Amino acid sequence: MSDLWNGLCQAFWMVVTLDADLVEITLRSLRVTLSALLIASLIALPLAAFLSVRRFRFRRATIAVMNALMGLPPVVVGLLVYIVLSRSGPFGVFGLLFTPTAMIIAQVIIIVPLIASIAHQSLRELWSDYHDLLISMNATQSQRVRAILWDGRRALLTAALAGFGRAIGEVGAIMVVGGNIDHVTRVLTTAIALETGKGDFALALSLGFVLIAMAIAVNIAIHWLTRTEQEGRW
Amino acid sequence: MPLMPLTVKQAVSRRRGQVLVGPVDLTLTPEGVTIVIGPNGSGKTSLLRMLHGIARLNAGTIDWACPLEEAREKQAFVFQTPVMMRRSVRDNLAYPLLLGGTPKQEARNKAEHWAEKVGLGNFLTRQATVLSGGERQKLAIARALIRDPEVLFLDEPCAALDGRAMREVEEILQTAAKGGTRLVMSTHNMGQARRLATEVVFMLNGKIHECAPAATFFETPSTPQAHAFLRGDIVE
Ligand SMILES: Nc1ncnc2c1ncn2[C@@H]1O[C@H](COP(=O)(O)OP(=O)(O)OP(=O)(O)O)[C@@H](O)[C@H]1O
Ligand SMILES: [Mg+2]
Repeated sequence: MSDLWNGLCQAFWMVVTLDADLVEITLRSLRVTLSALLIASLIALPLAAFLSVRRFRFRRATIAVMNALMGLPPVVVGLLVYIVLSRSGPFGVFGLLFTPTAMIIAQVIIIVPLIASIAHQSLRELWSDYHDLLISMNATQSQRVRAILWDGRRALLTAALAGFGRAIGEVGAIMVVGGNIDHVTRVLTTAIALETGKGDFALALSLGFVLIAMAIAVNIAIHWLTRTEQEGRW
Repeated sequence: MPLMPLTVKQAVSRRRGQVLVGPVDLTLTPEGVTIVIGPNGSGKTSLLRMLHGIARLNAGTIDWACPLEEAREKQAFVFQTPVMMRRSVRDNLAYPLLLGGTPKQEARNKAEHWAEKVGLGNFLTRQATVLSGGERQKLAIARALIRDPEVLFLDEPCAALDGRAMREVEEILQTAAKGGTRLVMSTHNMGQARRLATEVVFMLNGKIHECAPAATFFETPSTPQAHAFLRGDIVE
């Protein structure tokens, strides 16, 4: 019990004094996840808009696949990325395994289906609202897509935030492809796993605080976004 | 090129095999106000949507005097349940202008002018989705008129309006009609139909049951169903 209490106090102290390790790991986590989020959004959001306004032959199949991919266990994604990037794999020559880039790739694969699926749900609803009006106004295909992307921007941001939440808290895949190398690929979640294993609760807990704070911040942001959707102040 | 007259021949609109409206024969002359009346479910909405080209035409023809591409540009539609874009009142009004390539500032000014005209001048920056039912209707009408369409379809535009708002809207519509906009409008309000109509289309069971100049229709309807409908009886 006193171990835990000591750990808590130390952890709190580390957060307050901005412990060097803690800051380094946090910043790396943010860098990896934000990069992944940016790339994933660039893929997922246009995909979602396209799926919402266009009727094409494999639309249903695409949506089904997307939803199925959302349930893919991250550690399996890690394994697949590992195989592809490993020395003997097809992309082995780039030497990406155990680099932040590998972690970004894994995270992108994990969150693209999630972001696309959430975004698609809201854009579909928006499109069924707008469909008649935009057709009546003779809007071109690209004008239609732009209208729902713009008017659905809060929902899209919500989708992106959900993706961020998933990516920042993910451990299985990035442990496998990143290798949790100190000063190179160690991020919040993998560091927590390691420090807990070592019995260093102070560092693990302080990392945990940071992670929880981020998760809460993301959820508050989502909540706030959902609320402003009605009033539309921005 | 003028848009009218509109010639409709044996036009049918179906949905999953079921006939929503038709077969319909109709000619709309360049002048006047056509009011579409009929009981619930008689196909008024379906007829207007088919004429406007947003409901599928499964058989027959609908011919404008100019090519379809051009005709589509010169029409507007006010839906029975107004569609509010999730934007401010001003941006809702400016949107059709921006689609047509009007410069931003000009579109903005025009939007403000029209907001004023329909009594939404104080709500410019308010999100359209929080407007009341009547305010939505007025916004939808202003948004439809803002591109100065040659033909304006209105599907029960006054259903959610109180007496004063209805009078305001009727004035706006009459001004538009005088300015050369051809109105085709459905309504359940017989008073309104009498005030506005120059021509009446009476729908029943998805077909045009009777089509006549307003004076003739209201004085001496030629079918017993139209007679009963005007008396307020149930029509079967
Ligand atoms: N999308 C649809 N799918 C199937 N049936 C439809 C569809 N839209 C309309 N209908 C049917 O077509 C008929 C005509 O409908 P419509 O909306 O044109 O009537 P209306 O005259 O506008 O009625 P109201 O006065 O209630 O607005 C109705 O029986 C309706 O149930
Ligand atoms: Mg109707």
